[in-house]
Amino acid sequence: MSDTSHGTGGLTFDKTKRSWPNEMNILLALIIIIVIFEILGQILPYMRDQSFLFDSKDRFDSIFNEARLKIIILQVAIIGIIALGVTQVIITAGIDLSSGPLVAATAMIAMSFGQTELVNGFPNPKALFGTWAMDLPVIVPIVAGLAFGAFIGAINGTFIAFLRIPPFIATLGMFLICRGIALWWSGGNPISFPTASYKFIGSGMMPVVWFLSLAVIFHLIMRYTVYGKHTYAIGSNEEAARMSGINVKRHKVMVYTIASMLAAFAGIVLASKSETAQAGMGEFYELFAIAMAVIGGISLQGGRGSIIGTVLGAMVLGVIRSGFTYIKLDGSYQLMAMGSIIIAAIVLDQYRQRNKA
Amino acid sequence: MSDDLVLKTEELTKHYGGVHALVGANFEMKKGEHVAIMGDNGAGKSTFVRQITGVEQRTSGKVWLYGDEVNFAGPLDAREAGIETVFQTLALADDLDVPDNLFLGREKTFANWLGPFRLLDYKGMRNDTIAGLERTGVKIPNIRNSIRNMSGGQRQCVAIARTATFASKLTIMDEPTAALGVQETAQVENIIHTLKEAGEPLILVSHNMRQVMELVDRIVVFRRGRMVANLRKEDTDGQDVVAYITGAKTGAEFEGAA
Ligand SMILES: Nc1ncnc2c1ncn2[C@@H]1O[C@H](COP(=O)(O)OP(=O)(O)O)[C@@H](O)[C@H]1O
Ligand SMILES: [Mg+2]
Repeated sequence: MSDTSHGTGGLTFDKTKRSWPNEMNILLALIIIIVIFEILGQILPYMRDQSFLFDSKDRFDSIFNEARLKIIILQVAIIGIIALGVTQVIITAGIDLSSGPLVAATAMIAMSFGQTELVNGFPNPKALFGTWAMDLPVIVPIVAGLAFGAFIGAINGTFIAFLRIPPFIATLGMFLICRGIALWWSGGNPISFPTASYKFIGSGMMPVVWFLSLAVIFHLIMRYTVYGKHTYAIGSNEEAARMSGINVKRHKVMVYTIASMLAAFAGIVLASKSETAQAGMGEFYELFAIAMAVIGGISLQGGRGSIIGTVLGAMVLGVIRSGFTYIKLDGSYQLMAMGSIIIAAIVLDQYRQRNKA
Repeated sequence: MSDDLVLKTEELTKHYGGVHALVGANFEMKKGEHVAIMGDNGAGKSTFVRQITGVEQRTSGKVWLYGDEVNFAGPLDAREAGIETVFQTLALADDLDVPDNLFLGREKTFANWLGPFRLLDYKGMRNDTIAGLERTGVKIPNIRNSIRNMSGGQRQCVAIARTATFASKLTIMDEPTAALGVQETAQVENIIHTLKEAGEPLILVSHNMRQVMELVDRIVVFRRGRMVANLRKEDTDGQDVVAYITGAKTGAEFEGAA
């Protein structure tokens, strides 16, 4: 502090720059993982010189293997939508375990208002309600699903903020309740055959379009709005946030509501993509969504992390999943690898935290 | 009541369950006055501060600010009424940077029709922050670093600069130098001098006798939740004040209180 060469307060313009963002580390990790799979593809005896992400055949159009890139992002897109909400919850130093079952319950509810009356000229064999619920405009299943999500999220938030139930417990209870609702809604039967317009919103690459658009929107919200700033402030120091005049309780209810609406939207899209809704859908989704956030550098202590981090975390999970398939190791290895990476990410976060304290 | 009083409390009382942390405090301060609150740990000093800043709801009693009776529903109310406070537990968000912390809870924004999603005016807040830091002479190497990476003294300075960034009718500092080194303490005391010259009233909670004797006009002593002395600096000395703090003496008008 004895350096007096700067202006008053030691402030000059270049001294208001941000430091190296943590997201760059995750991007680096992502690239390293891709390189490892590339190398494995070259050296493993049974792989015969295939490339992981690059085109093995020398074609004109592009150097990348688009098919694999598409699959990687498509298979993380729906859970990624949930992760956008979970990210906000974790930034407040909370957690949301209810999102997986909420996906299932919302899929059931949305699909029951998104069914088509006639399948190949015959009455829909999986019809849940009467004809009044058939061939409704696509807005109906969407609004029904989002409203249900908002309802569940508001309950989560209210119990956590006003009744001071620990988020882990409150959302664990909601985890079971939502799975119960999913089973009860149709008595355990699948609900199938959506209308053409409902089918569209989850078709092809649409889940990716939703995921990336929502990621951009919530990135902007978290970075440039009062909502985002207060979310970080609460996770960083809840008491300070309260003493600064932030309505912490109301804000938490808002965060949990938004998170559940995002999970509900994931359910709406998943049902559309699968063209059916089943009570068992979305198993482990809450855990994978949390994993994406944690790998993406969202600190479980709250206050730190970003939407960009979570999107990169989703990509890491997608690449690992696809990479294991690529080197022909089955799902059991994938789970073990992902588990290890999640633990590594948390260890890294704790280490960073201790170093800074 | 006369409105040359900045702050007046009448029988201000706070109970935490069975703990009578503050009992019947009658406190007054005039315009431009700097008043110290002294007392042992647990005497009720911070509790007194929390009752007049809307952080907690008092059990009973009345509070006037510039002649108007006030009932703050929350800390934001008190800040909007012109009370700027440096709390003992700094009330800083570690992961946010300096401008974020200065404006926490009252951000400069635009597009306010967006409600909770209104946009942050980062540039405006950054400029005001730099101006506030310059006014108080606070030196912080990089205002866009998160508070986490700063020393205790720098954090304290951020908290104090926060009060100086906003025009205030009453500044309250709760043990602002308790955790600071000699140089950092001097910096905080400089800020207090600046406030005095500007005629801005201040309540300073402090254990530092030298500092109190140097800086303030009047010393109020708390003991076990009660006000036990109200001493003009000219009429007292360190030994005298210590006698009140420890309970060896009690002010005449407070007889029967403790
Ligand atoms: N939130 C609380 N709940 C219960 N007791 C409290 C609370 N805050 C303070 N107290 C008690 O009130 C008394 C006064 O505390 P405080 O105002 O912090 O003292 P000081 O700031 O003078 O050291 C202490 O006995 C303390 O333990
Ligand atoms: Mg105290």
